[in-house]
Amino acid sequence: MKSSGSRIAAHVRDIPRSGIRDFFDIVSTMKDVISLGIGEPDFDTPWHIREASIHALERGVTSYTSNMGLLSLRESIARYVARHYGVSYNPATEVLITVGVSEALDLALRAIIEPGDEILYHEPCYVSYAPVVIFAHGKPVAVETRAEDGFRLTRAQLEAKVTPRTKALLLNFPNNPTGATLTPEDVRDIADFAVKHDLLVISDDIYAELTYDGTHTCIASLPGMKERTIFLHGFSKAWAMTGFRMGYACGSPELIEAMMKIHQYTMLCASIISQEAAREALEHPETDVEEMRAEYQRRRNFLHHSFQEMGLPCHQPRGAFYAFPSIAHLGVTSKEFALGLLDKEKVAVVPGTAFGACGEGFVRCAYATSMDELQEAMRRIARFIHTLQPSARARPHTA
Amino acid sequence: MDELLHLLKRNALETPENLAKMLNLSVDEVRRRIANYEKTGIIRGYQAVVNEDQLSLGRVTAVIEVKVTPEREGGFNSVADRISKFPEVESVYLMSGAFDLLLFVSGRDLKEVAFFVSEKLATIRGVISTATHFMLKTYKANGVLMESAEGSERLKVSP
Ligand SMILES: Cc1ncc(COP(=O)(O)O)c(C=O)c1O
Repeated sequence: MKSSGSRIAAHVRDIPRSGIRDFFDIVSTMKDVISLGIGEPDFDTPWHIREASIHALERGVTSYTSNMGLLSLRESIARYVARHYGVSYNPATEVLITVGVSEALDLALRAIIEPGDEILYHEPCYVSYAPVVIFAHGKPVAVETRAEDGFRLTRAQLEAKVTPRTKALLLNFPNNPTGATLTPEDVRDIADFAVKHDLLVISDDIYAELTYDGTHTCIASLPGMKERTIFLHGFSKAWAMTGFRMGYACGSPELIEAMMKIHQYTMLCASIISQEAAREALEHPETDVEEMRAEYQRRRNFLHHSFQEMGLPCHQPRGAFYAFPSIAHLGVTSKEFALGLLDKEKVAVVPGTAFGACGEGFVRCAYATSMDELQEAMRRIARFIHTLQPSARARPHTA
Repeated sequence: MDELLHLLKRNALETPENLAKMLNLSVDEVRRRIANYEKTGIIRGYQAVVNEDQLSLGRVTAVIEVKVTPEREGGFNSVADRISKFPEVESVYLMSGAFDLLLFVSGRDLKEVAFFVSEKLATIRGVISTATHFMLKTYKANGVLMESAEGSERLKVSP
């Protein structure tokens, strides 16, 4: 009999274990670790949203919904996206409710990729992108963003990687793990690039609300871009609703219909309880998102100043809740730094290489953690880098 | 409200150095603003939020609704001022609705508070009637939960 390993499809078998998982396994064996490795909000979901889901359960709201999701939620989403991001979508045909942005991304890729199609994406990036493209039998083509550019994606970098097989560009700003955002001019350049090469754009705007400097520009809002963009968004980050698994995709009726086809046969629909919660989040916005954003911004400022003080070069993160300082000058790799810090000071950060090879020389520090923990973590990191190369000491740096 | 005040209300022990980093200000600027708030009386003091239930002191706190005849000159203020002077009175508010003043009064035991109400409060000129409610347990005070929440179930590392 064949070994069960040999029965696994090659394109699945060949995907390496996620760097995050490796690291998670080490951290979870240790006690009293301050973790800056967590990519989800430390806030509880606002109480009125939780209360709305309890109320839904009490009313016996426990059924399937339409494959597209509750129409009332799609209407709320269409209003929200129009008001905040300046694109209008028809809730009946252009909005699909999914199980997190994770599912929406998978559907979008599976709906458009023919085997061998190339998908451009930028690294360092969210760990799922390249694997999900490969699962859909596409070929992920990485464009490396650089610290010198503030990890923005530039048109020149894209032009260097585009080929006749390129089908789509996958965008994520504000970015996990770098905290980079794009200026309106950057977005315009990227849109021009997409039009010139007749590409689709899949835009993962999950951190859009968590933009600290300037405002978020949604690429779908630019002239001629709505038709060629699949806009992905969800409730995990800005509403602190990761466990609800709520996301959505907006796009042309044809693209949404194609994604719905896969969704209806593989997922049927997203949880109705979560959909009720999401509707509450949009219909009674209160001030929760704004308050959490203000708190993240203060933490961002604190981290940025602290890294400067200890001589760790770090571009100012402008969105999401991650800082991506450089540790290259300390004479260690990202992984050595992260393992050493964990061992000596019990602080967990994620090696930049978990987000792509060009993340070497950086570590990701999530500031979705209380101010008290951040303060203690900064003291420990400062102490740790003093034990590394002497040249690391108090090197002044301005960003 | 100034973000600085907001942060101090949440944690009065936050150091000027940390506040400066969070708010993108210089340490001197933070110190200057705090001194100014103290001088103008916007900051009235700094107190610890204590969970007295945990100390088993046996002290009691009562919330007392008071109806008052307003005076021709001074309205409710002069009665409220007199009441505020008693050290056992912790807070005094002027209210809209069915009564006029709301007091928080604490005492060693039930008898002490009862004595305060019948002998001191009720006899003040202008006080028409009182209704006293004793507190049984504190769940949340000054925005702080008194029972610590269970630890977070977030994974230690996630993408
Ligand atoms: C860039 C990015 N996209 C998508 C996701 C997944 O989001 P969801 O919880 O909506 O599936 C994450 C989560 O960390 C993320 O950082």
